[in-house]
Amino acid sequence: MAFKSEDDAKAYWKENVGIMIKLLVVWFIVSFGCGILFVEELNAIKIGGYKLGFWFAQQGAIYSFVILTLVYAKLMASLDRKYGVDDE
Amino acid sequence: MELQTLTYIVVGLTFALYMGIAVWARAGSTKEFYVAGGGINPVANGMATAADWMSAASFISMAGLIAFMGYGGSVFLMGWTGGFVLLAMLLAPYLRKYGKFTVPEFIGDRFYSKTARIVAVVCLIICSVTYVIGQMKGIGVAFSRFLEVSYDVGLLIGMFIVFFYAVLGGMKGITYTQIAQFCVLILAYTIPAIFISLNLTGNPFPQLGLGSTMAGTDVYLLDRLDQVVGELGFAEYTTQARLSTMNMFAYTMSLMIGTAGLPHVIIRFFTVPKVKDARASAFWALIFISILYTTAPAVAGMARLNLINTIEPAAGENLAYDERPQWFKNWETTGLLEFEDKNGDGKIQYNADKTTNEMVKIDRDIMVLANPEIAQLPNWVIALVAAGGLAAALSTAAGLLLAISSAISHDLLKGVIAPEITEKQELMASRIAMAAAIAGAGYLGFNPPDFAAGTVALAFGLAASSIFPALMMGIFSKSINKEGAIAGMIAGITITLLYVFQHKGIMFIADTSFLGDMSANWFLGIEPNAFGVVGAIVNFVVAFAVSKVTAEPPQEVQDLVEHIRVPCGVEEAHDH
Repeated sequence: MAFKSEDDAKAYWKENVGIMIKLLVVWFIVSFGCGILFVEELNAIKIGGYKLGFWFAQQGAIYSFVILTLVYAKLMASLDRKYGVDDE
Repeated sequence: MELQTLTYIVVGLTFALYMGIAVWARAGSTKEFYVAGGGINPVANGMATAADWMSAASFISMAGLIAFMGYGGSVFLMGWTGGFVLLAMLLAPYLRKYGKFTVPEFIGDRFYSKTARIVAVVCLIICSVTYVIGQMKGIGVAFSRFLEVSYDVGLLIGMFIVFFYAVLGGMKGITYTQIAQFCVLILAYTIPAIFISLNLTGNPFPQLGLGSTMAGTDVYLLDRLDQVVGELGFAEYTTQARLSTMNMFAYTMSLMIGTAGLPHVIIRFFTVPKVKDARASAFWALIFISILYTTAPAVAGMARLNLINTIEPAAGENLAYDERPQWFKNWETTGLLEFEDKNGDGKIQYNADKTTNEMVKIDRDIMVLANPEIAQLPNWVIALVAAGGLAAALSTAAGLLLAISSAISHDLLKGVIAPEITEKQELMASRIAMAAAIAGAGYLGFNPPDFAAGTVALAFGLAASSIFPALMMGIFSKSINKEGAIAGMIAGITITLLYVFQHKGIMFIADTSFLGDMSANWFLGIEPNAFGVVGAIVNFVVAFAVSKVTAEPPQEVQDLVEHIRVPCGVEEAHDH
């Protein structure tokens, strides 16, 4: 184990899970929330020719997924550095 | 130049490229054969993963499905991309840290049980074989339509190409050909879409074109589409749901966790050097995949509109059958398009009413394949689409075949039956397993079993209900033990299979379905294809309950879990 202490290992894992849960909440909102559960409400708003709910289901959710995986990779890289467990 | 000649040239060039790569990227060790040596750059791996993932179904069928399902088709768009978020955060980095060759190997070690490993191998083989049949059929169809050779000859040529680079190069050869195949397929998909978007809206980006106004008017394309499908009696395109909200929710979730649990995708993440590369690779894979997945809905909407405009250029003015365009005739000869002049007026009526609709068959696959012809694009674009469809089918088939052959040679042979064999012998065994897998897949392509059509959904259902939960619990819980994991996997698969079989027939034989394929009997209104998520929940619950009442995992397994949670000190992918 490369951590300085047992506490460090626990703290690292806790922060890791925290990042994951926050991003998964966004993952859920943009797809299941905006694209399915609240699609009718959002469809009342139009952006160009797109009804907003329809846009989320066929475009927006996918763009959000791309951003989420990028943010995850960045946040985890800095977390690894903070605890000195990055693999350089 | 003649379309036929042009198609031969384009397809021939791409095949020569794949063969060239195969000769250059031969595998010399089991590590190269299983994980391409473990030194693939994350961007390159992202591209290979995208080709691995995007199959004949994504390339040929998906836009057609969406064209007729409208908003309801969103389940495929969100499901097949959202799974990569789960893969990136829940599985890929940890499985890479663990640093072995196959998915069943992790399950066997984490649950300290050969039985668990064998159960995982069985799940893997069922998922991958059902999936590979679809790719083989895609190869045969693409050949027979575009190159006018018979389905069987087309399939043989396809098998030969895959054989050449997969047996010779294993994961290494597959990785580099997949990168080339991604380039071919993404160009083949986007170029026609750009032309069509320009034609209809004047906007070169299909993603924006779908939300733009029709060229030369101030009517939005989607409003126009909603209007014309409405006039023909179809459901409104942008709001047409897939059954219920509950069903769309379950369907999307099942596809997402099924995607994250598909072994041929997971093993791609074993080929990068470090944990942070696995995370980055998931991002790159999703970028490359999203190019196709955000273009597909535009292709879908625009193809539907083009089709209707061809048949009925203005309300009430229907196309005369004798004046039908060339593409219409071409696809009629394939049997994928059928017209029946019900009212005998010599004109084509297309609408939602079964008694007066004269377009008695429009196969959804036509929407992508005939799209460039419907939009009157130049011949080289049509030739490129043929090469793209073949690239999509070949790249996915190769990835699946590697997952199958490594499960046989590494998990069954080296892991269980004959652990004493040397690396050289195992490498030879893995090549033989690959050759056998190709022969088996080819056989199923020549003689597709009756239940083939129904089984692709089963692949996602099984991956979702067995492999994904086992992997996730193996990483995020230290208390799930072997009894729990095995019971969970078996319970998850069983309930998913039972649900599919009770509505679709045992092994999809129609007469044996004991509840009938009727929505009245669906659990919470969930269609059988969307049931994987329920199987997954059952798996989680059973695994937790059984683990609670049996002995906790031994200390060294708990240490293994601690070990894979820390990114540093990645071992090279190797076997011990």
